Amino acid sequence: MAELLIKNGFVVDPSQKMNGDVADIAIRDGTIVEKVGSDAKVIDAKGKVVMPGGVDIHAHVAGPKVNAGRLMRPEDKLFKSPNAQEHYRVEMGFSIPSTFKTGYDYARMGYAFVMEAAMPPLHSPHVHEEIHDTPIIDEAALPVFANNWFVMEYLKKEEIENTAAYVAWLLSATKGYGIKLVNPGGTAAWAWGLNCLSIDDPVPFYDITPAEIIAGLIKTNEYLGLPHSIHIHQNSLGVPGNYKVTLDSLKIAEGVKANNKFDREQVMHSTHIQFHSYGGDSWANFESKAKEVMDYVNTHRNITVDLGCVTLDETTTMTADGPFEHHLNSLNHLKWANTDVELETAAGVVPYVYDKDIKVCGIQWAIGLELGLYAKDPSRTFITTDHPNAGPFTRYPRVIKWLMSQKAREATLDSLKYCSKVIDATDLHGIDTERTLYEIAQMTRTGPAKALGLSHVYGGLGPGLDANVAVYDLDLNNMPTDPEEIEKAFSRALWFVKSGQVVVKDGEITHHGNKRTVWVHAKVRENHQVTRDIQDKFLKNYTLGIGNYPVWDHLAPNPYVIEVDGEA
Amino acid sequence: MPKLITQVGCPYCGASCDDLEVLVSDDGKKILETRNACVIGSEIFHHATNPNRLKKPRLRQPDGSFKEIEYEEAIDYTAKALLNAKKPLIYGFGSTNCEGISAVGRVAEKAGAVLDNCASICHGPSFLAIFDNGYPSCTLGEVKNRADVIVFWGCNPMHAHPRHTSRYSIFPRGFFTSRGQMHRTVICVDPRETDTAKLADMHLMVKQGHDYDLFNAFRTVLRGHKIPEEVAGIERAKILEVAEKMRNGRFVMIFFGMGCTHTDGRNHNVDIAISLTRDLNDHTKASIMAMRGHYNIAGPGQVWSWQFGFPYCVDLSKGTHAHMNPGETSSIDLAMRDEIDCFVNVGTDAGAHFPIDAVKHLKKHPFITVDPNICMASEISDLHIPVRIVGVEEPGVVYRMDNVPIQFKKVIDGPESVPSDEELFDRIYVRICELTQTEPIWVHGKAPVPASTSRVK
Amino acid sequence: MATIRMKPVKTPDLFLECFCISPDVFAGKTPTEISRLEVREGKARNELGDFFDIAGSSGKTAEETDIFIDGDCSRVKYIGSKMTAGSVTVNGNADMYVGGWMKGGSIHVRGNVDSFCGLAMEGGEIQIDGNAQNYVGCAYRGDWRGMRGGTIRINGSAGNDIGTFMLGGTIIIEKDAFIHISTHAEGGTVVIKGDVQSRVGGQMVKGDIYVFGTIEHMLPGFKEIGTVDKNILGQSMKFRHFIGDLGERHPKKKGREIYGNLYLRAS
Repeated sequence: MAELLIKNGFVVDPSQKMNGDVADIAIRDGTIVEKVGSDAKVIDAKGKVVMPGGVDIHAHVAGPKVNAGRLMRPEDKLFKSPNAQEHYRVEMGFSIPSTFKTGYDYARMGYAFVMEAAMPPLHSPHVHEEIHDTPIIDEAALPVFANNWFVMEYLKKEEIENTAAYVAWLLSATKGYGIKLVNPGGTAAWAWGLNCLSIDDPVPFYDITPAEIIAGLIKTNEYLGLPHSIHIHQNSLGVPGNYKVTLDSLKIAEGVKANNKFDREQVMHSTHIQFHSYGGDSWANFESKAKEVMDYVNTHRNITVDLGCVTLDETTTMTADGPFEHHLNSLNHLKWANTDVELETAAGVVPYVYDKDIKVCGIQWAIGLELGLYAKDPSRTFITTDHPNAGPFTRYPRVIKWLMSQKAREATLDSLKYCSKVIDATDLHGIDTERTLYEIAQMTRTGPAKALGLSHVYGGLGPGLDANVAVYDLDLNNMPTDPEEIEKAFSRALWFVKSGQVVVKDGEITHHGNKRTVWVHAKVRENHQVTRDIQDKFLKNYTLGIGNYPVWDHLAPNPYVIEVDGEA
Repeated sequence: MPKLITQVGCPYCGASCDDLEVLVSDDGKKILETRNACVIGSEIFHHATNPNRLKKPRLRQPDGSFKEIEYEEAIDYTAKALLNAKKPLIYGFGSTNCEGISAVGRVAEKAGAVLDNCASICHGPSFLAIFDNGYPSCTLGEVKNRADVIVFWGCNPMHAHPRHTSRYSIFPRGFFTSRGQMHRTVICVDPRETDTAKLADMHLMVKQGHDYDLFNAFRTVLRGHKIPEEVAGIERAKILEVAEKMRNGRFVMIFFGMGCTHTDGRNHNVDIAISLTRDLNDHTKASIMAMRGHYNIAGPGQVWSWQFGFPYCVDLSKGTHAHMNPGETSSIDLAMRDEIDCFVNVGTDAGAHFPIDAVKHLKKHPFITVDPNICMASEISDLHIPVRIVGVEEPGVVYRMDNVPIQFKKVIDGPESVPSDEELFDRIYVRICELTQTEPIWVHGKAPVPASTSRVK
Repeated sequence: MATIRMKPVKTPDLFLECFCISPDVFAGKTPTEISRLEVREGKARNELGDFFDIAGSSGKTAEETDIFIDGDCSRVKYIGSKMTAGSVTVNGNADMYVGGWMKGGSIHVRGNVDSFCGLAMEGGEIQIDGNAQNYVGCAYRGDWRGMRGGTIRINGSAGNDIGTFMLGGTIIIEKDAFIHISTHAEGGTVVIKGDVQSRVGGQMVKGDIYVFGTIEHMLPGFKEIGTVDKNILGQSMKFRHFIGDLGERHPKKKGREIYGNLYLRAS
C-alpha cells in the first residue's frame, strides 16, 4: 500500500474553500484520503503553496494537425530544444513540442489533465497513438461535430434523437470525450473554398445555418447528459468586429439548463474567447471588445469560457477552422498546411509570429488579459493560450504572472513598440485588478474540472479525488515582490504527485507516472435508422471500411471510461 | 469451414486499400483466396505461406555462408553492433507498422543512431518542400466526393498504385461526383506516354527535367502575365487551356510522384507545385498530394514527427536531442560520405535501392537486415533476422498516402517463434539496457503489451 | 591580436562535429584548455586535442582571436559556425557548415568546402578559394529567414541552392553555378560571374541577381524590361534587366508592385 503525506503546506483548493490554510494532504494508492499511517512517505511542504494538479480544458497536443505542425517546422526545433534529462526521452520543439516534451512540461508545471481540443474522427487512431506516447498526464480528446454530414443532415430536420445516437456512436468509436464545434458550417463550406462568417450564413448545399447547428448540438448534448457541455470555437474567429458574432452565438444558450449527473452547470463552453472579442472593422481601427463580451458572460451562469491569451511568441497556429488558416496565410504568406477530412471536418496550420513590434499583436495580448481580469466569476473563466495558437502552453506561468501582477503587465506594455496605440485600443492600462492564488486555482483547477464534468476526479484535494498534487515554491505569507518569481514558481513545481506517484521533484521529471486516457461511453437506445445511415455513408462516401474505423482498445491501454446513460 | 475475413488492409502500395477479402483455411494457417486485391497485393498474401519462409535468423560465417541461429543470439548481436558503432544508421520501414516504427525509435534513441526511412530515396524531397512551403492537402475521400479536375504530375498510378484510380481519383462515383469519370477532367503531365497518360483527357508531354519551368508558367499565366511561345516543350496555347481548366474546376486535385521528386531540382519541383496549389485557392478549391509508395511509408514520418519532431533523417547520435538536415543526415549522403559504421536495414531492400558506392561503404561495417523475406539486402548482410509480415500475420496501425491512419488486421498466424518487428526491437532495446546497465524507459511506466497478443479478436 | 595555431594530426574515422572551432569559444582559453574542448564523432565524445596539435595563444575576446588551421579539414564540420568576431583561416579544405549562423568576423578557407557554407548567416565575411558544394548562404530547413547579412565569396564554382530564402547580404560565385539561385528570396544580392544552367530566381519575391555568363534556360516568369548600366563589385557593365518571378506574389510600395531583379550581362 503506497502512502504519501504532503505536510504543512499552504493549501489552496477552491473546491474545499481552502485559501492557504495550513494542512496535510494524505494519499493512499493514488487517491486522496482523510489520513494515512505513520509509515507514509512524507513531503515537507512547509512554507510552500499546495494546489490540486492543473486541468487544461483546451490545448492542441495530439493528432494530425499538431503533427503536421511538427513535421513542417524543423526550425521550431533547431537550437530551441532543451537537452534531454538523463534517463528520459529526448524533448524536441518549442511551440509544438514532441509528445514526450508535452507530457514532461505539463508535469513540470503541475498539470494532471489535458483536453486535446479537436479530434478529427477519421484520424482518431492517430490522436490516440500520440496520447499513448505522451507520458504522465491524463488526456481526453473532443471529436469535432459541427461540420459533419450526419449532424448537418439530422439537425436540418431537427432530429435530436438521431443526432444523439450518432454522437454516442462516434464518441465510442473514436474514444472521444464530448461535442466540439469549430466554425460551425464554415469548415464544411471550406470544402468548396467558402466560409460562414455569421451564424446566419447558410452552409452551402446543406440548407442549414451555423445558429441551427449550435442550437441543435446544445440540445443533443443535454439530451445525452454528457459530462461536458458543447465546446465551441465560434464563427468568424480572428476577424475585426467579430464580437457581435460572438455575442450572437452565446445568446443561443440563453434559457437552456444543464442536464447531467456530473455537477456541470454550463451548457456552452466558449473557447479561446480572446480571438472572438474584437472590435473595429479593419486592422487599422482594430480594438478590444473584451468588456462587452465579458459583461455578457458575467451575467449568464450557464456559460463558461477560456481565455486563449496571446503570449507574444513565435508560434504555430492550427485549427479545424480551415478557412481561417487560409485567410491568415494570405496575411503573413508563410507556409500553409491544410487537410480537408472527408464528411467530417478540415484543419489548417500556419506559423505565426506575435511580434511586440506589431500593433495588432499588442492589442491581442491585451485583450486576453482584459478578459481574465474582467471576469467576475473566475471559476467560469479558465486560463489557456489555445496552445499553440496564441502561444505555447509552457507560457501559462507567464499568463498567471500577468494576471497576478499589474507591475508585470505594465512592464510588458512598456516594451511594445506601439504601446500608446495599444493603450488607446484597450482598457488594460487602467485595470488594477490582481488575481489571487485562490482565483488562479479556480481558473486552472477547480473551474475547468467542473466544466468538464470531472470534478469527482480532478481539480480538488478532497478525499476520494485522484491524488494529483502540486507544490509550488511560493510562500503565501510572503509573496514575492518580483513578479518573475511567480512565473518561475509555476514553471517548475517543487513537487508534483500524479495519481499518487511522485513524478516531479525540484522541477525535474522523476517518474513516468500512471498515464490514463479518459473517454465517454454514452449508452443510447438502439437506433436502426442511424445504424443504416452510418453503414450507407461508409459504403458510398468514405474511403475507409466501417470495420476499420473504431479505435482499437490497444491504442488506449490505460482507459478511464465515463459511462453515461443516455436512455434515462 | 474456411473463414472469409473482410475489410482487410493490403500491405502493398500507398493506396492502402482496406476492402480486401481473404479466405483462410479452417486452422487459420493458410490463405486460400484473396478478393478485391490487385495482382501485387494478392501475391503478398499468398507469399506468406510459402514453405520456404525463413523461421530463424541467419548469421554470416567466416566462410561466407549463412548459419541459422537462435533469436536470442541475433538480438545480442544487433544490440552489440549498435552499441559498438559511433554512428549507426537504422533505415527502412517501407513495410512495417507504426508499433514497430515506434519500438525502433526507442532503440535508436538509446543506441545513438540515425533513423531514416525510405522517403529518403523517394518522397524525401517532398518533405523538404513541405518544410519550406506547407502542404494544402485533403483525404482521399474528398477527391472521390468532390474533385472534378485531377492532375497526375510525374506519377503513374496505373502501374504504381493499381487501384488508386478506381477507389479514389478517376472512376469512383462520389457524393458531388455522381457521374464518376464523366464528372472529371483528367490531366497527366509526364515526359512519357504512360498508361495513366493514355487514360487522361489531356496529356502534357513535358520536356524531361523541366517540370519547374512548366509550374512556373502556370503560375505566371494565373497571375495574368504573358509567357513565351513554348515552355518545357509545351505550346503556350496548351498551357493556357490547361490553366483555364484548373481555374474553372470546382475542386482541383494535383497528385505528384517521383517524376517531380527525382529529377533536377527535386524538392523545388514539389515546392512550386505547392505554390501553384496555393495560387489556385485564390480562384477555386485546390489540393495537392504526394503519391507515397508503400502502404505505411507515411507512418515513420508521422511517428517520428511526434516523437522527435522530424519525419526522416533523424540524427540521435548526440543523445541529448535530435538533429535533422537532409543532405547531411540522409541515408544516401551518410553512406556515400562514409559517415556510418553500422547499418540496420528494416523492412526494405537497401541492397537493391541504394547506389552501389553507398552499399560498398556500408558493407565495411556490420550490416543487418530485418525483413520477413529474402532480398538483395538480406543476401549481403552479416545477419538476417526474419519477422512476421504486417497486414498478413501481424496487425497494426498504418498511415495511407493521405496520412489517414488505418488499423490493419492480421488474417493468419505467423510462423511460430518468429517475432513481430515491435517485439524484436523491444527485445533488442531490453538487451541494450542490460549491456549498458541502465533501466529501460517505458513511457507508460511498464513494457508495452505486444501488439498481436492484445489485438486479435 | 593573438593567434591559435592548429595542426591536424589524426583523421577521424567518420566526421568530426566541432561546434567549438570559433574565436568566441577559444577566446580567453589556453591551448591546453582548448585542446580539452569536446568534439563529437557521432556518439563518440572526443577532445579537440585528440585530432589537432594546438599552440599559440588566444585573445581576451573573440575580436582579438585569430584561428589558423594548417592542414586538411575535409572531415571537420561546423568550422566558424555561430562566430561573432575574430577570424578563422583553414589552410586546406573544410566540410559542411563553414560559417553557419555566423554573425561577424571572417573565415578564409584556402581549399574547397562542402555544403551549407554560410547557412542562415547574419553577418561577417566568408572567403572560399576553391569550390563550394550545395546550399551556399541558404536557410535552414523550413525557415523563411535565410541569409540576412554579410558576404560569401566563392572563388570557384558552386552547386545548387544558392541564397534560398535570402533576405540580405551578398553572395559572389566567381565561376559557374548549377541550378536554383535566390529561390524564394526576399532580398539580398547574388552575383554569379560564370554560367548558370537554369532556375534563376524562381519563386523570388524581392532581391537582386547578377549573372555575368549565360543562363541556359530562363524561367517563363521573368520578363525583360530593358537594358541598364550597372556598377557591380567595381566593374561597370551593361545588363539586360529582367523582373520576376511574375508567377509569385509581390509586395506593393506606393501602389506599385516590387519585383525581384535579374541582371544578365548583355553580350
